[in-house]
Amino acid sequence: MPGNRRFILLFRTIHDVLRAEKMLKKEGARYELVPVPRNLSSDCGMCVRLDDDPARIRQCLGDIEIEKSFAVEGEAYEQVEL
Amino acid sequence: MIYLDNAATSFPKPPETIRYLNDFVTNIGGNPGRSGHTLSLEAARVIFETREKLTAFIGMADSERLIFTQNGTESLNMALLGLLRDGDHVVTTSMEHNSVMRPLEFLRHERGISYTAVPCSPEGFLDAADLRSALTENTAAVVINHGSNVTGTVQSLDGIKDVIGNALLVVDACQTIGSIPLDMEAVKADILCFSGHKSLFSVQGVGALYVRSGIELTPLKFGGTGSKSESIEHPAFLPDRYECGTPNTPGIASLLGGLTFIEKQGLGAIVDKKQRLSRVLVDGLRSLPGVVVYGHPDRQERLCLATVAFNIEGRLPSEVGYELNRRSIYVRIGLHCAPAAHKTIGTFPEGSLRASPGYFTSEDDIGTFIEAVRDIAGK
Repeated sequence: MPGNRRFILLFRTIHDVLRAEKMLKKEGARYELVPVPRNLSSDCGMCVRLDDDPARIRQCLGDIEIEKSFAVEGEAYEQVEL
Repeated sequence: MIYLDNAATSFPKPPETIRYLNDFVTNIGGNPGRSGHTLSLEAARVIFETREKLTAFIGMADSERLIFTQNGTESLNMALLGLLRDGDHVVTTSMEHNSVMRPLEFLRHERGISYTAVPCSPEGFLDAADLRSALTENTAAVVINHGSNVTGTVQSLDGIKDVIGNALLVVDACQTIGSIPLDMEAVKADILCFSGHKSLFSVQGVGALYVRSGIELTPLKFGGTGSKSESIEHPAFLPDRYECGTPNTPGIASLLGGLTFIEKQGLGAIVDKKQRLSRVLVDGLRSLPGVVVYGHPDRQERLCLATVAFNIEGRLPSEVGYELNRRSIYVRIGLHCAPAAHKTIGTFPEGSLRASPGYFTSEDDIGTFIEAVRDIAGK
């Protein structure tokens, strides 16, 4: 995957978002917690916006279930499997 | 003032409880996990951190299976009403609190369950052989009060899970958690229910239960979780399945403070101090003529909590409690919401007095209390 793409990771619960955050922090990953974009889901919570190598990140997230993930380029979102 | 009602609610609270509570209501205050703004996220972080810390505290690993409730009663209701179905049989003990007996009685009427309350000794102890002989092929759950809120009796859970077959072991740990070491893995409990406002030092209004992996409960409540909002179906995933509506985040923040305090002091130091207070209290009361102390007399021989039921012969507990209250000594009187336990120890229906020191009680406080009881008994 091209290195300049960003990713949005959606989780089922805020609990999982925060579990993911704990691991991302430990890994020193580049990420931010942002509101779930309305065009991706009707959820009213937060998700992870990732500015890092997704393969490495998937590994560091261990058994946390990622509900959906998207690659972001400009305004375009493409659903991807991490 | 001498407060000896810590088995109901611990008081005073450690500074950490107050600081975490104050920080939440002053600086955070948002609705957890419901919005995309910083204060909502910070509130969710408080809950997440508390959930992780509390899960580790009971020796478990999967924090999403730790469910916050309002109190121990709600935890037990969630376990029993969520688990039991028509025709199920339950084995419990004669030392249970109404938070177990009333849900069971409700289920007996409404869902046709049956239950056997195994008689305990007058000191409040359960004989494992009696428990075993009460099991039937329909026994779905064994519900055990780990520490009595009346006599302070601690029930040994060793080996219980191994003799109950496929029945689930539900443990009411309201009195024991934070007072004695408790490792859910070691005692092999399937569901552990407890409150936060006693020996975990939270403010009132927080409890929890841990539901072991593989156990499904029917939720008691349905509603908003901040997740899967587009769906009319309640989420199936944890912890959201069992937690809906705005939680008591300030209370949970205070619990994080309480756990932080326990971590700083060391649970061992807390246990040691309460065990010492328990011995001083029991020895003091037993030395008084005309005073009857219930539960096991030797608190070194068998593990007991710092909770002591007693009476002055020929005097009503209410009358003695009134006299103590006039001296600014606060104990609890009556049946302590546990009529079954009072029947077991022989104090039904009049009940007893109950003195329960806490971590902040001093030996001098106990001494003053003993002298006050001596004085009242002599009149």
